[in-house]
Amino acid sequence: MGFATGPETCLRVDWRASLSLVGSVLKYLSVPLLFPLLVGLRYGEGIVPFVATIAVVFAVGAGLERLDPDPDLGAREGFLMVALTWLSVAVVGTFPYLIAGTGTLAQPVNALFESMSGFTTTGATVMGSIGTDKYSHSILLWRQLTQWLGGMGIVVLAVAILPELSVGGAQLMDAEAPGPGIEKLTPRIRTTARALWLAYLGFTVLEFALLYGLHLAGYAPNMDLYNAVSHPLTTMPTGGFSPEARSIEAFSAAVQWVIIPFMIAAGTNFALFWKALKGDFRVFGRDSEFRFYAGVIGALTAVLAGLLFAGAGVIDQTTDVAPMIGEVENSLRHGAFQTVSIVTTTGYASIDFNFWESPAKYLLVFAMFIGGSAGSTGGAIKIVRWLVILKSIKRELFTTVHPEAVRPVRLGGRALDERALRGIYAFTLLYLVAFFVGVALLVIDSWAAGYVELALIDAVSAVAATLGNVGPGLGEVGPMGNYLSFPVFSKLLMIFLMWVGRLEILPVFVLLTRAYWQS
Amino acid sequence: MRVVIVGAGEVGSNVAASLAGNHEVIVIDIDSDRVEALTYSLDVLAVEGDGASLETLQEAGVEAADMVIACTDNDETNIVTCGTVQTISEAFTIARVRNTTYLETWEHAEGALGVDLMVGTNLMAARSIVRVIGLPGAEDVDQFADGLIRMAEFRIDEDSPVTGMSVEEADTYDSLTFAAVIRDGEVIIPSGETCLLDGDDLVVIGSLESVSEFARSLAPEVDDIAEVLIVGGNEIAYETAEILASKGLTPRLVEPDPERARHLAERLPGVTVLQNDPTDRAFLEREHIDEVDVAVASLDSDEQNLLSALLAKRLGADRSIAVVEDGDYSDLFEAVGVDVAINPRETIAEEITRFTREQHAENVALIEHDRAEVLEIEIDRDSVLVDRPIRDSIHELPDGVVIGAISRDGTFVVPRGDTVVEDGDHIVVFAAQEIVEETMKRL
Repeated sequence: MGFATGPETCLRVDWRASLSLVGSVLKYLSVPLLFPLLVGLRYGEGIVPFVATIAVVFAVGAGLERLDPDPDLGAREGFLMVALTWLSVAVVGTFPYLIAGTGTLAQPVNALFESMSGFTTTGATVMGSIGTDKYSHSILLWRQLTQWLGGMGIVVLAVAILPELSVGGAQLMDAEAPGPGIEKLTPRIRTTARALWLAYLGFTVLEFALLYGLHLAGYAPNMDLYNAVSHPLTTMPTGGFSPEARSIEAFSAAVQWVIIPFMIAAGTNFALFWKALKGDFRVFGRDSEFRFYAGVIGALTAVLAGLLFAGAGVIDQTTDVAPMIGEVENSLRHGAFQTVSIVTTTGYASIDFNFWESPAKYLLVFAMFIGGSAGSTGGAIKIVRWLVILKSIKRELFTTVHPEAVRPVRLGGRALDERALRGIYAFTLLYLVAFFVGVALLVIDSWAAGYVELALIDAVSAVAATLGNVGPGLGEVGPMGNYLSFPVFSKLLMIFLMWVGRLEILPVFVLLTRAYWQS
Repeated sequence: MRVVIVGAGEVGSNVAASLAGNHEVIVIDIDSDRVEALTYSLDVLAVEGDGASLETLQEAGVEAADMVIACTDNDETNIVTCGTVQTISEAFTIARVRNTTYLETWEHAEGALGVDLMVGTNLMAARSIVRVIGLPGAEDVDQFADGLIRMAEFRIDEDSPVTGMSVEEADTYDSLTFAAVIRDGEVIIPSGETCLLDGDDLVVIGSLESVSEFARSLAPEVDDIAEVLIVGGNEIAYETAEILASKGLTPRLVEPDPERARHLAERLPGVTVLQNDPTDRAFLEREHIDEVDVAVASLDSDEQNLLSALLAKRLGADRSIAVVEDGDYSDLFEAVGVDVAINPRETIAEEITRFTREQHAENVALIEHDRAEVLEIEIDRDSVLVDRPIRDSIHELPDGVVIGAISRDGTFVVPRGDTVVEDGDHIVVFAAQEIVEETMKRL
């Protein structure tokens, strides 16, 4: 077969081509930066942070672009480009924070943490006190916007816009998009990327309309225009940032009910929406991943709501928690909201679940490993991988009884290639290894730095929440807490975890192998 | 338009690669590895499945397709695919077949079998071989404007009289355009000062006489082709022999298998069929291979063809042409001393691509595996060229387009700066791959 393999056949990684494309992405990043700039103008705030940032990214982007006017990407360059794009975008994201210099974000490491947490749609924060009283509207909106840009994927957006990525685009999207492999929806990868982004944009606008509609109808007193714009920007990417210190607890029950289905949609494979839009609504019932996803959410919600309803989930002496014992709507709402928020890796809180009893609390920590669907904006391990792993385990058990049996693992009626299975095992194992190593390093570093308030469960949940791009954990890093007290090395470690978690580990780890740089 | 290609082998991938630029291409293949490779290497949608099954065709959206190209390596699959497509879709169907019998059946009843266009691999390859035989020294030959205009690609080596000359010095023909020089895989659009170097490939476009004359000047020692020896008796060899015989030559054909040799001899009255091992030196010397003008190697494997073509050259044949089934080897063959390597799959891909070009491009030749194209375009009112001297309109075309020749009402017109192009003219242009789409738009 004579496929044009392009530069993969040459012995060196063509870093110029990768950097040139990173430059193109940075150049285009100046466009979304105009949005907070306009918001700043509306509220009469200083717009210097954004003007300066736009100037810098445009100049740097254009400069990098000139390294290779006609970049030609192979598989290797693709990995490098994706990994570097995310790293450099996160660095650029810090500029407005640093230039504005408000509060804890004036510190470079903190700013990078917040920015990486934003773009990777994690939602973990190092802001001591959140609110428009302290921070400007424009800075808080930029924080929301970073999540929205990272959600469907910066590289996917680049593929949708840049014509030169039409051939290598599939590889880049594969490296960036959540889940094993990508699904081309249309003959042209560009139209596929556009379809995904349009669906994403559509949901964002719809959520805004509903939330603002509730406000106008009088059911959501706190959901003013600013909040109604801000929250869809972090619901759809399963991000979890909120300009409100109390997250979603600050809003009425009606708002919480509205947000739940949008989080569920954000954790669904967007390819399904595209197919449904083409008139095939049964696609959801046919898709085994979606069925499993719905089942997991349903089962966890039932368990959690049951625990809360029975009182097993709540420490009753605190006044911080709304009385839920025996309250059907209350326990069901918080059970469903928290389940969906954690499973989809959004990380919103409708209530401070830190005050729940252990069974309910730890259920959420386990849920942090589940993740959204492949091709969604969710993080963590992803539903489809768990489904495949469960099926593989079933197969192993069967073949111990019938050693001669030949049983392919099937997904949605299609037999999976053993190579694809291997990739799924490898990813899941790497993920767990990263988790354990992360916890160990975090505990050691915190102890060495004298950060004694950190309980083991806090460290465990912090690593699970950053690696899985969830956001809040338990204890110190609970939904109403923050990551501010961690020592510098721990913060850098978690910045790294968010980065590898968003890119699903392999594209980053492959850059650390010798084989990648030598042939 | 929306094109569905069934079969992602060498032909299918080649066609997909040439069409992906300006059409929506969907490729169906039964092999999951190929599907995956295509997904990442081309901007096309690759679907895994059997192209002859209705379900797969529906999954690939054949109902909405404008064209379906069946080019698997199996004739029957291709024909069945086209037949199946016709039941559910209005798409224009193209089937690639090897077997000339099918082709003849189809030609007698246009549109039979649900196939709108049938392209015969063996016949195409044979025609290519014959074209190359007819032009000494040429590596690739194509005809345009009903044979009035010809394009040819020549390899310039140290013995060529034009080596070291500038284009201005070499181009002494009034109706010939030096369209491009391909040097180390790069396409160069020559100006008057460009020097021709040893190892260059030169693409010329012009009238039949000029191209032939130029070919003779490159290889003066070759007089008219009289003696052709075809080594091997497969279908391509048979078709080649038949075409040559119909042109009045008496080629000789060597086939090792007695039964096959007998069969060929019965079917080819004007051809001397010899039954012997084609690699037997003594036999070849007895047959005076040293006096042969062209030896064509068309045996059952690429390796045999390579050996046979090199042996023929060594024993004194003027030129050797070898059939190569694996397209990756074409360059290698030519590098080690075979004069021309003909890849049937590339020929067929070229033919299919020709057909799928936008309606007003009549004919296409691919240069250097799709690095550039030579197109024949009929000029209409919307063209930037119409009713103006070429000198004025050339600035509106992308850089690097060469207008090689014009045919007007069946006569050859030499394109000069002051030539005014008229509505209805056919022009033949050379364009590098990057600018083909742009060029097509403006012409």
